Amino acid sequence: MLMSRSKLSAAIIGLAVPWLPVVPAMADYGLNLPPPVSPIGDEILSLHNLIMLICLIIFVVVFSFMFYSIYAHRKSKGHKAAQFSHSTRLEIVWSVIPFVILVGMAIPSTATLIRMEDTSQADVTVKITGYQWKWRYEYLDHGIAFNSNLSTPRDQIENRSAKGDNYLLEVDRPLVLPTDTKVRFLITANDVIHSWWVPELAVKKDGIPGFINEIWTLIKKPGIYRGQCTELCGKDHGFMPVVVDARSPEDFQAWLAANKQEAAADASAAMAEWSMDDLMAKGKEIYGACAACHGAQGEGVPNVFPPIAGSAVATGPVAQHLEVVMNGRDGTAMQAFKGQLSDTEIAAVVTYQRNSFGNSAGDAVQPADVKALR
Amino acid sequence: MATAEAAHHEEHHHPSGIMRWITTTNHKDIGTLYLSFSLMMFMVGGAMALVIRAELFQPGLQIVDPHFFNQMTTMHALVMIFGAIMPGFVGFANWMIPMMIGAPDMALPRLNNWSFWILPFAFTMLLGSLFAPGGGPASGWTLYAPLSIQGGMSVDMTILAVHMMGISSVLGAINIVVTVFNMRAPGMTLMKMPLFVWTWLITAYLLIAVMPVLAGAVTMLLTDRHFGTAFFDPAGGGDPVMFQHIFWFFGHPEVYVMILPAFGIISEIIPTFARKPLFGYASMVLAVAGIAFLSFIVWAHHMFTVGMPLIGELFFMYATMLIAVPTGVKVFNWVATMWRGSMTFETPMLFAISVVVLFTIGGLSGLMLAITPADFQYHDTYFVVAHFHYVLFSGAAMAMMGGAYYWLPKWTGHMYDEKLGKLHFWLTAIFFNITFFPQHFLGLAGMPRRIPDYALQFTEFNVMSSIGAFGLGFSQLLLVYVVVKCVRGGEKASAEVWDNPKGLEWTVPSPAPYHTFETPPQVR
Ligand code: HEC
Ligand SMILES: [Cu+2]
Repeated sequence: MLMSRSKLSAAIIGLAVPWLPVVPAMADYGLNLPPPVSPIGDEILSLHNLIMLICLIIFVVVFSFMFYSIYAHRKSKGHKAAQFSHSTRLEIVWSVIPFVILVGMAIPSTATLIRMEDTSQADVTVKITGYQWKWRYEYLDHGIAFNSNLSTPRDQIENRSAKGDNYLLEVDRPLVLPTDTKVRFLITANDVIHSWWVPELAVKKDGIPGFINEIWTLIKKPGIYRGQCTELCGKDHGFMPVVVDARSPEDFQAWLAANKQEAAADASAAMAEWSMDDLMAKGKEIYGACAACHGAQGEGVPNVFPPIAGSAVATGPVAQHLEVVMNGRDGTAMQAFKGQLSDTEIAAVVTYQRNSFGNSAGDAVQPADVKALR
Repeated sequence: MATAEAAHHEEHHHPSGIMRWITTTNHKDIGTLYLSFSLMMFMVGGAMALVIRAELFQPGLQIVDPHFFNQMTTMHALVMIFGAIMPGFVGFANWMIPMMIGAPDMALPRLNNWSFWILPFAFTMLLGSLFAPGGGPASGWTLYAPLSIQGGMSVDMTILAVHMMGISSVLGAINIVVTVFNMRAPGMTLMKMPLFVWTWLITAYLLIAVMPVLAGAVTMLLTDRHFGTAFFDPAGGGDPVMFQHIFWFFGHPEVYVMILPAFGIISEIIPTFARKPLFGYASMVLAVAGIAFLSFIVWAHHMFTVGMPLIGELFFMYATMLIAVPTGVKVFNWVATMWRGSMTFETPMLFAISVVVLFTIGGLSGLMLAITPADFQYHDTYFVVAHFHYVLFSGAAMAMMGGAYYWLPKWTGHMYDEKLGKLHFWLTAIFFNITFFPQHFLGLAGMPRRIPDYALQFTEFNVMSSIGAFGLGFSQLLLVYVVVKCVRGGEKASAEVWDNPKGLEWTVPSPAPYHTFETPPQVR
């Protein structure tokens, strides 16, 4: 009935051993939290290491007793069972000691938490909005806003071509931030709950529709930092990465200036009359934002996302089509795009939908038509 | 009681064949039904887990599309929690509580029949939702609004199924409370009850308190979906976070619903094989009660990232950390029970020891998760997935396996195959760790949970985890084989089965007769 004793103890100890490699020093190997680049990140990492060490020590101490007992107090060795069944003193001791350890953990945790929650006196404020399935960034003091989409090609995801180094962690436009500056994020969402996370900045906060959460960071080192959405937000939850491009304050100022010019150029383009070909070309590009649901060929997903090909809306009156795209449909995954796309972009994508995938409404929607509906 | 009457009882005209099982009010039959149902669901939920792990074996999308992947994570959790673990423990309660307290049956036998037979309907509804237009529920088992509001008809089917499961659980729990308070044999005072009975009594109260809360939450979802309310819709003045508060007010006690009976089983097994009384019985009872109380005031630690006020975060951090104290007491008491015993290591004991060790790993990672600032890094990553599988698989599920080996001889009258039992234990324990230990590293390195595809630096640990999962899954076929083999025959088990175990269940013959303790035993 019994296993050989060496086999048993070896195997049971084997279960505990995997804990041992979890030593703080191995952070570079992807076994621990990644090396942080913000002060709060540093604090959290040392808090994490401290607590993990305490847990490890408790684990080793408690189970040394148990494994010793398993080794020594066994029937096969002829050990006779003692019959004691309690010891009030011991029981008090091992309730009080953990309590004291917990207080010791709570003190530094409280201090860090208080600093984390202090979003006052920030120099730059960025509003982050989660959408199914992309992020939108708005620099509130500078009038710059753009969407940030996954840029990994479908071919890599579907294993038709080799995967790149930053597979699934790359975007078309990263969030550019200055280093050595206190940055405050205002995080919200448009449709469902998302969560914006960059491990190296130690920032994770939920974006909740109708509410605005605040959090801050201070990046100490220029570089590219990658993260992901961490709150299940539907089909492409795994495909909405976060990329932060941290630049020195001077480079950041230069970037701001360049982008303001671009925004002005866009505004004047919106005043112009667009040709059908230009609208279709631009629309095809913008349609990438719709393809996650409506399919690359406008085929949709049966019973979940309607097809655009042959859709009554996309082939019917243009006003109705614009209405759906601009204001979305409440209570469904079809979001209001008027806040995320410019007049030109909406005009282009609607034109594209009406004249692709076999649809042939034949009409071109102009930016001015969209503007009139705002 | 006159023997003639007892004999008459034996011959009660119960129908045979399938009708016996449908109409039965016998606690042992119903226990068997619950346990078989649980084993079946364990296999169904396990198959879903293997779909998940197969997809995650390599980066890229290979086997399923992301929408179906989400249905699998959602269903795996719902099936395992509501189909495998909870009914499994109710099965143990049905079989063992009357025998442990010297009662002839549960107090409300007809209700008992009902509680069980609701379940097959609930799960037909739940599993059937996978075939609804647009597929099954895909918003995670937590059904967070507004994502669940977007879902199709399957969400409504899930809501209905949850209502049915809730009714089943509450009825079962009421039955247990009534049984424990009214049916104890003379002399069986509360503080003489086996710890398993104590843990279930407290669990039953938790169920009665929180299942209606879940019912409320999903009903609000339903009315938001179809009847124009806006509880969780900010556009109508509602608040999506309120759903999370209500859900976790149910959800956290639910975690203890799934672990307290496991503590009870472990506390029965260890003394038997250490040949020594349970250490600190009174403090064990107190610890369970303490954990149950604390479980009501820690729910928001599941949602530290939603943006609570500082004071709220601090409160929930401190309260959560406190749970470590009674939990520690339990672990220390188990170790002290083994200390200077005369131990042998049959399969139930192997499971019990590994539950103590592995559950403690889950408990310690739980303590790490309680530290709010650090939780901002761990939250919704694979670190959490690892944590709750250490608690729920190597805590709850493995305790049930240990309990099954422990009482199988009593249930069937045959000894199970000890060699195969041990093999099953080692395969389970080893593959479990291969599956879930690497997930700690994945989480720390930055892999979010509930994603169907991942960045390349997470590949190695995912490969390992998937290999472990397939090993773990297929090892469970061995459990089914051992159980079936034991039911069909084997070495005859004595009444005591083990070496002088304590408890009334060992005073009746093996297999336990259809009716036991029709004359109450006298407890000294
Ligand atoms: C997150 C998923 C999602 C994305 C992204 C999305 N849609 Fe939709 N869309 C839907 C859903 C769901 C519906 C159906 C809504 C309903 O049930 O009424 C829909 C409906 C529509 C319809 C009406 C179709 C019909 O036949 O009723 C149009 C037009 C449309 N979307 C255009 C767009 C455009 C343009 C974009 C991109 C700029 C886009 N959608 C992006 C989910 C999405
Ligand atoms: Cu998201």
